[in-house]
Amino acid sequence: MHAQWNDRESLVHPTSAPDYMREEQLRTLQLQRLRAITKHTYDNQQLFRERMDERGVKPEDIQSLEDIRKLPFTRKTDLRDTYPYGLFAVPMNEVVRLHASSGTTGKPIVVAYTKEDIEVWNEVMVRTFACAGLHSGDIIQNAYGYGLFTGGLGAHYGAEALGATVIPISGGNSERQIMVMRDFGTTAICATPSYFLHLIEYAEKMGIDWDEIPLRVGVFGAEPWSDEMREYIEGKTGIKAYDIYGLSEIIGPGVGMACEKQQGLHIFEDHFMIEIVHPVTDQPMPDGEEGELIITTLSKKAMPVMRYRTHDITSIIAEPCECGRTIRRINRIARRSDDMFIIRGVNIFPSQIEAALLRIEQTLPHYQIVLTRDGGMDQMEVQVEVTAKTFSDTVRGVEAVHRQLSDAIAHILGIRVKLTLVEPNTIERSMGKAKRVLDQRS
Amino acid sequence: MKLKQLSVFLENKPGRLRELCAVLAENGINIITLSLADTEQFGILRLIVKKHDQAKELLEKNGFVAKLTDVVAVEVMDEPGGLSSILKIEEESGISVEYMYAFTIKSGEKAVLLFRFDDMDKAVDALQKAGLNILGSVELYQRAEG
Repeated sequence: MHAQWNDRESLVHPTSAPDYMREEQLRTLQLQRLRAITKHTYDNQQLFRERMDERGVKPEDIQSLEDIRKLPFTRKTDLRDTYPYGLFAVPMNEVVRLHASSGTTGKPIVVAYTKEDIEVWNEVMVRTFACAGLHSGDIIQNAYGYGLFTGGLGAHYGAEALGATVIPISGGNSERQIMVMRDFGTTAICATPSYFLHLIEYAEKMGIDWDEIPLRVGVFGAEPWSDEMREYIEGKTGIKAYDIYGLSEIIGPGVGMACEKQQGLHIFEDHFMIEIVHPVTDQPMPDGEEGELIITTLSKKAMPVMRYRTHDITSIIAEPCECGRTIRRINRIARRSDDMFIIRGVNIFPSQIEAALLRIEQTLPHYQIVLTRDGGMDQMEVQVEVTAKTFSDTVRGVEAVHRQLSDAIAHILGIRVKLTLVEPNTIERSMGKAKRVLDQRS
Repeated sequence: MKLKQLSVFLENKPGRLRELCAVLAENGINIITLSLADTEQFGILRLIVKKHDQAKELLEKNGFVAKLTDVVAVEVMDEPGGLSSILKIEEESGISVEYMYAFTIKSGEKAVLLFRFDDMDKAVDALQKAGLNILGSVELYQRAEG
């Protein structure tokens, strides 16, 4: 038997080499790529060219990485306004694949890939899986939805490129998911964290013990989740839960990934350049300080996206990671600037509610936030499902649970909001991204 | 001697109690007696049924949270002072009632009182020592069916 690359810590998967590049080498490569992509986009993307011309900026003005601040932002609305093909920067015969967002709020957005773009995507996905300690020999159950959504095919081809065995099960059919996990000997699963929580619940109902399933790694993403939820999943199943980061607008999954140290997410900086700006003033934020994450695709040809406003709130961790990777990290994205709502003058993010609920022992995080408007005032109600564990048969007992949850939320938010205990399964389960907020204000 | 009682969490919304009863009725489960504790927000329905394990499974399958709890059934004469004498025994033993409810059995002379105490074992002990008739499940179902 030849030694596998992961037999010893010192051996690095060959595709992951850029993760360990020397800092100055990485920055030089970034600048080279930034200049090339700025020129390519200026020459081939009308909207970008118009905005550059308005500002009087030319691609040659990019002389350093800081010069990126001279470039205009790209917003989600730009992708909608140019629907479907307006931002493509190569002739259609070079586009080998299209993906699109679900378009739950308005028109969908369409993204495109050349053959080389797909190769870059596969490469970052291999590096993503390598961060989670996966390798050839692993059996990866891909429960991301297959189709227009980038999650399914992105993880699928990345896992194949890694040399692992892929089970293309897609989302849904929980009973089959669990049966396959057990019978096929799944060692890793890709899913949204909320769907995996649903699977945990389902396995319990089926009377299946996690010891019967050889699963050791979960690659969870496509929606914000919290460290508390990670601890819950790990405690419940004995697997290691990794946070994966990606956006369809940028490439799909594979923009960033937590490593075994699980302290933030490494960004594959040789392909994606990151900045943090103040969400309102657009001023650059220093390392370590929170702001909106801005991403520029450095390698993507079919649809380059310059300075994309992700709405994801995070900060850059500049300190080197103990894992040895030199690419920088961002902190876990627990909230999005557009997720925020204001109740009685207080800024509230759904993730704060989740953290509060999880802090109270024995509470399964099936919850929903309902926003209503009463006499011009926004009102918020948190609905939490009662479980067999939290239900005690005395009024006093149920009221105590209610008070505990309510207190934990008030403690985190600083204001008291209405909390209602509801019967199990009354909150809609999602097979993909969880809908935590039910907005009835209009 | 303790009995199994089925407790169910109910959201305070129209139709829930009826839906629960329908599930039991469709499956031929007869309710011997029940009590409903309600607050502004939610209710707790407590049921005595013969096939409690089956009933629990059925309700869970239909999306209810159900739990089996121990209660004690005491048979007393259906006359003034019946309840008071029992409460006195428990009070003297330092035991508190968490909740209780009662029903009269078909023959009409006697009543059955169902109790949940904070210390169930100590409570049963005290009642037995006082010579009260504590009903087991078989006896209770027999009496209920007349």
